[in-house]
Amino acid sequence: MLLKNNQMEKDQDKILSDVTTGEYKYGFYSDIEMERIPKGLSEEVVRIISAKKNEPEWLLDFRLKAYKHWLTMKMPAWPNLKIPEIDYKEIIFYAAPKARPVLNSIDDIDPELRKTFDKLGIPLTEQKHLSGVAVDAVIDSVSVKTTFKETLAEMGIIFCSFSDAVKEYPELVKRYMGSVVPYTDNFFASLNSAVFSDGSFCYIPKGVRCPMELSTYFRINSANTGQFERTLLIADEESYVSYLEGCTAPSRDENQLHAAIVEIIAEKNAEVKYSTVQNWYPGNKEGLGGVFNFVTKRGMCKGENSKISWTQIETGSAITWKYPSCILRGDNSTGEFYSVAVTNNHQQADTGTKMIHIGKNTKSTIVSKGISAGHGQNSYRGLVKVLKNASNARNFSQCDSLLLGDKCGAHTFPYLEVDNQTAIVEHEATTSKIGEDQIFYCNQRGISTEDAIGLIVNGYAREVINKLPMEFAVEAQKLLQISLEGSVG
Amino acid sequence: MGGKNQGKKIKVIETSRISPPLGGMGGKNKSIMLIINNLKASIGGKSILKGITLEVKPGEIHAIMGPNGSGKSTLAAVLAGREFVEVTEGTVTYLGKNLLDMSAEDRAKEGIFLGFQYPIEIPGVSMVNFMKTAVNEHRKHKGLDPLSASDFLKLMRDKKELVEIDSKLANRSVNEGFSGGEKKKNEIFQMAMLEPRLAILDETDSGLDIDALRVVANGVNKLKRPDNSFIVITHYQRLLDYIVPDVVHVLYDGRIVKTAGKELALELEEKGYDWIKKEVENNVLS
Repeated sequence: MLLKNNQMEKDQDKILSDVTTGEYKYGFYSDIEMERIPKGLSEEVVRIISAKKNEPEWLLDFRLKAYKHWLTMKMPAWPNLKIPEIDYKEIIFYAAPKARPVLNSIDDIDPELRKTFDKLGIPLTEQKHLSGVAVDAVIDSVSVKTTFKETLAEMGIIFCSFSDAVKEYPELVKRYMGSVVPYTDNFFASLNSAVFSDGSFCYIPKGVRCPMELSTYFRINSANTGQFERTLLIADEESYVSYLEGCTAPSRDENQLHAAIVEIIAEKNAEVKYSTVQNWYPGNKEGLGGVFNFVTKRGMCKGENSKISWTQIETGSAITWKYPSCILRGDNSTGEFYSVAVTNNHQQADTGTKMIHIGKNTKSTIVSKGISAGHGQNSYRGLVKVLKNASNARNFSQCDSLLLGDKCGAHTFPYLEVDNQTAIVEHEATTSKIGEDQIFYCNQRGISTEDAIGLIVNGYAREVINKLPMEFAVEAQKLLQISLEGSVG
Repeated sequence: MGGKNQGKKIKVIETSRISPPLGGMGGKNKSIMLIINNLKASIGGKSILKGITLEVKPGEIHAIMGPNGSGKSTLAAVLAGREFVEVTEGTVTYLGKNLLDMSAEDRAKEGIFLGFQYPIEIPGVSMVNFMKTAVNEHRKHKGLDPLSASDFLKLMRDKKELVEIDSKLANRSVNEGFSGGEKKKNEIFQMAMLEPRLAILDETDSGLDIDALRVVANGVNKLKRPDNSFIVITHYQRLLDYIVPDVVHVLYDGRIVKTAGKELALELEEKGYDWIKKEVENNVLS
């Protein structure tokens, strides 16, 4: 632990000295030959997507049911967000790198694509990969490369693209897909269920501790293209896995739609740590462009003593609408949600979690840290629900807001529904502000304004950042600093 | 507008060349720590400093005294580089450099330390992390490598002893939940850590009980060296029982109206500030 702290401090120093400008550095566009289908959404389009992927009948049925249900639904109006009207007729629902032969080695990958991942710092070559993270890279709609597949297979761990899982493990997909987030769940979940293109699939067999971090890297590249990926993660009894996802997109003037689904199933005594560093393009300083990030993430603690822990660092996207949740069905199961959400310039976020206590002695912890700067609007929305039979349920929630400047906003919407007398539910909330005085105090000790903000924000977010695997903790600290550059003074 | 400013600048440069107490340029200037020449400054358009001239040599302790509202804290703020104070005229030369051209953090790294009258709380940032960042920024500025974790902790330990600060304070967030006395001791601790060339203590004695006052004064006395200087801003003479100044200035209505040796402080203690006010008014009338 001590070692980790020292390392982190060292890394932090390095980051602080590295970072000089606040531009979105992932905003480049790669010229990769893409195959796209005509824009707009119809039953025909759903059938085309399914056909392109050579999907079995049952999956096409699932898509069509979802599509029909979606037609009956409306965009949710309850979030504390100003969402411009989205014209679904103008969106391309499927785009994939054109040259996509079977990839036998890294050399088969389109050089332009490889360059893209090199620029992002995502190593796709396993030999050069030192940090021991297995990566599944999803560009626009299609998974392009999964590393360490063979190493993991030796332990019985399945880690592959969603499309491959449909082909190779149809029984597992059929059994679990939609079991946590049904296709009727909400507007964006239904949309995703109808048109999802690819994503990651992961299965950890009974009694296996996954020896490395599994990671999916998402990138939207094409213009006017929606990204709809699905992640399905199953941790069988007594297993453990730590899973990371990261995301970036080119800087574009128009908004891009991202509507993903993540489903997690944790069986008896299983533990899943799911970490996200979300850095979609946030739009420019005037609020032009940026990704609309409407994501449904939910985990089911199905078995006794199971545990699902969500950690998210949300610095990107023009609009974020996202509530990674836990359904605590197994007795003694545990759900955790640790979140740092940053809104700068004209970004908006309505994010939080739902903890549904069904089993006995279930426990949940919520730590949410909102940071607002510029004209950013940051809302925490959380539901803690204790059902009738969930005796001795415990929840602790802490929602903190940090404001930089006087044009931003922080809002908190906690909902508590408790139907069992033995439950103990606690909620704490604070709001604070980085003041000019604090910055000057740091300046007077020789610390620059940017570093001072980094110091204060990282101090504030430490509790959450410490929950991330180390490689990501470093990236997260750096991201926080970059996202807030130029926001004070 | 621009032309007017330019004119002023030229005039000031000329003054500093010919005026005798400032000495020549270059080597001789460098032997003087700080030269403030005809400094005028305002806050929100209101004139506060109305022409201050002051010289501090290495190894000297200067006390600046004066009634409330005379501009003492504004002077400290100008020297530390607070942006809300607007310098309208005059020059400040620190170790031969134009201080007013430097950013607040560069001034700090060049060795200027301000002990705050009201130290600021920074929740979530530990004293250790804060001081480590500050010390290493100073080191980087001098072209030195950052201190290793163990060397840094040793330095903290040594300095804590030197200024008799409670060890627990160092593990807490910067000034958060500190009592008034603890905050002031913490300022002295930070001063000890950063070893400034010129320390400006802005009413560090206000609100302190006699024990804390002694700790603060001891800190200053222990840190005093032939090559560093102190400007001690105080309303009361009490602190000067423990810190013996070489020069005492009385600031009144934005001007230094009297400069003398340490005996001036005692005189002020005895007679209050009223006689100074009267003297100034008489001078203006005559």
